Amino acid sequence: MAEEKTFVEDVDRSRYDFRNDDGDSYKVDEGLTPAIVEQISREKNDPDWMRDFRLKSLDIFNRTDMPDWGPSIEGLNMENIVTYVRPHTKMSATWDEVPAEIKDTFERLGIPQAERESLAGVGAQYDSELVYHNVKAEVAAQGVIYTDLESALHGPKADMIREHFMHLVPPTDHKFAALHGAVWSGGSFVYVPPGVSVEIPLQSYFRLNSPGAGQFEHTLIIVDENAYLHFIEGCSAPKYNVANLHAGCVELYVGKNATLRYSTIENWSKNMYNLNTKRARVEEGGKVEWVSGSFGSHVSYLYPMSVLNGRGAKSEFTGVTFAGAGQNLDTGCKVVHNAPDTTSYVNTRSISKSGGISTFRSAVVVGPKAENSKSAVSCQSLMIDDISRSDTIPAMDIRTDKADIGHEARIGRISDDAVFYLMSRGISEEEARALIVSGFAENVSKELPLEYALEMNNLIRMEMKGAIG
Amino acid sequence: MEILKVTDLHVSVEDKEILHGLNLTVNAGETHVLMGPNGAGKSTFGNALMGNPAYEVTDGSALFGGEELLDMPVNKRAQSGLFMSFQNPIEVPGISLENFIRTALEQRGGKRVRLWDFRKEMKATLQSLQMDEGYASRDLNVGFSGGEKKKAEIVQLLMLKPSLAILDETDSGLDVDAVRTVSRGVEEFQKNKDAALIIITHNTGILSSLKVDKVHVLVEGKIVAEGGADLIDEINRDGFARFEEERANG
Repeated sequence: MAEEKTFVEDVDRSRYDFRNDDGDSYKVDEGLTPAIVEQISREKNDPDWMRDFRLKSLDIFNRTDMPDWGPSIEGLNMENIVTYVRPHTKMSATWDEVPAEIKDTFERLGIPQAERESLAGVGAQYDSELVYHNVKAEVAAQGVIYTDLESALHGPKADMIREHFMHLVPPTDHKFAALHGAVWSGGSFVYVPPGVSVEIPLQSYFRLNSPGAGQFEHTLIIVDENAYLHFIEGCSAPKYNVANLHAGCVELYVGKNATLRYSTIENWSKNMYNLNTKRARVEEGGKVEWVSGSFGSHVSYLYPMSVLNGRGAKSEFTGVTFAGAGQNLDTGCKVVHNAPDTTSYVNTRSISKSGGISTFRSAVVVGPKAENSKSAVSCQSLMIDDISRSDTIPAMDIRTDKADIGHEARIGRISDDAVFYLMSRGISEEEARALIVSGFAENVSKELPLEYALEMNNLIRMEMKGAIG
Repeated sequence: MEILKVTDLHVSVEDKEILHGLNLTVNAGETHVLMGPNGAGKSTFGNALMGNPAYEVTDGSALFGGEELLDMPVNKRAQSGLFMSFQNPIEVPGISLENFIRTALEQRGGKRVRLWDFRKEMKATLQSLQMDEGYASRDLNVGFSGGEKKKAEIVQLLMLKPSLAILDETDSGLDVDAVRTVSRGVEEFQKNKDAALIIITHNTGILSSLKVDKVHVLVEGKIVAEGGADLIDEINRDGFARFEEERANG
């Protein structure tokens, strides 16, 4: 790339213009202040309880240490945090400022120009808004509420949101959960009433493209008893943000005998610190199915967690992580078995290439009440070359004798025999390697709707060509 | 018409020479059999021609349709019409047998293969080998029994339609019925008079029902005897002892 700008600098320039309504001039050294958080709250027209929640979270944020157990996040300049959250910060750059690698990716993915600009955060929202409204109307007929979280706070389910918002992921969870609690902005709210089965997958893709979204967004999904929902978040195109911190939060509540499938493909731009927290609580006989593809970002901490709270609750986690040059992706999942007869399956693949580091971190906790529970964890890693790295860090905490726990980890390389075999049928070496890697990630792609699976395969192909990053 | 002309081929594996100057010429429409005891270098011959990187060609030439095969990357050899059925076909998770074959066809032909026609042919081919059509969508060789893997190789042979096929111990580890099924597939391939076949084997079961034009006996990296199908009968009766003796003395 000819010239890589540091985009935080671009934002830095404008921060000196910042004044809050009280007329206090903002001082850089103070970091995030209650005044700033209050202003965010006012801008968003928060109910009082939410304003108080934000302020309490800010207090926790300021008193909590940075995590010190994972990949380094030293490159994240916490003193600039205020520039990330400032309500009037111009989040959009101009098209010229969008890095060449991202433009190149749009080109290769065949995304139209209008959509490219929107994804890059520099253009107007495109026609997806219309699609979103149509989908919204269609599911509303079934009594499903599908809207942005801000307006839902003033809607008919306001009390429900208050009872659930950041109850699964409390601000005390870790520093970035606290930050999220203080400055969250944007995101989705979905409520599926008892017995309703939503036939079409709901896709936040249509909503994520608004400027500044996808940074501290909060997703809150409540699937009531005997209901079914498939929710898809993210998209395969790298989302470009001038600020390089993503601290989103996803909370999923799965009712008695309900099923929620939550699929996500994340492909953050490669300057991004992706410190995301996702958690599900599953009641008796309910099931949560996570399908997760992690691409992009400079550093990721991502461990979706399932709390199996009712008898017979189930969790399935299927994930793939692809770490290329300059990337350190620490991903995995956590399952807490809190009730008898609960089941969890974890099946992950991680790929590392060109010096990328991919770490699988998992925790399975089986409490004393979780008799006759079952857990099977399987993680496989593939290293494409000798300079890449792959680690597996599984943890288990089993508090009952009556549980069936399995763990399997495999780390391998692309076998020369397999490449030779495919080539001997006329397939080029590059294509052979791409086929083997896509095949390795098939556990995830086969769980995705076709168009997402195709996009994911395209992504893998591009990564294998070294076209990005 | 001459399809393959191998001259003075020397091949080493891990710096140890296995083939010490092999000569072989194959014409269109012919079926050749390369026989010999274990360790004679039969598979080395096939792998060297196909371009397996574990086999180093140190000298010699192999003209394939007039072009030097040994200079081509593996995929170009296949695209020029060479095929080798593997003794131990590799399991590749996440790629279905049918996608694999279709990708191979598309990379050979440089154009898209029409799905409808392809599926039809695939189905017929599987049926002819008494394989359930469900195998088309199963991951390549994953969880296949030894016999199923060998049959899947013949499916590839029939779908890819090479001009020269090397079958490396395709009959090993197969029961009588499976050998018969595989033989029928090979017979099908023999119907193409523009193509040729080299069958590498150390037993003669698969050969009983096939037309054979020429037999080469390989012992310790050198061809020690050549002849017609009657050589097979002799080996059936007496084994390789005579040839091994001759090689030791010569």
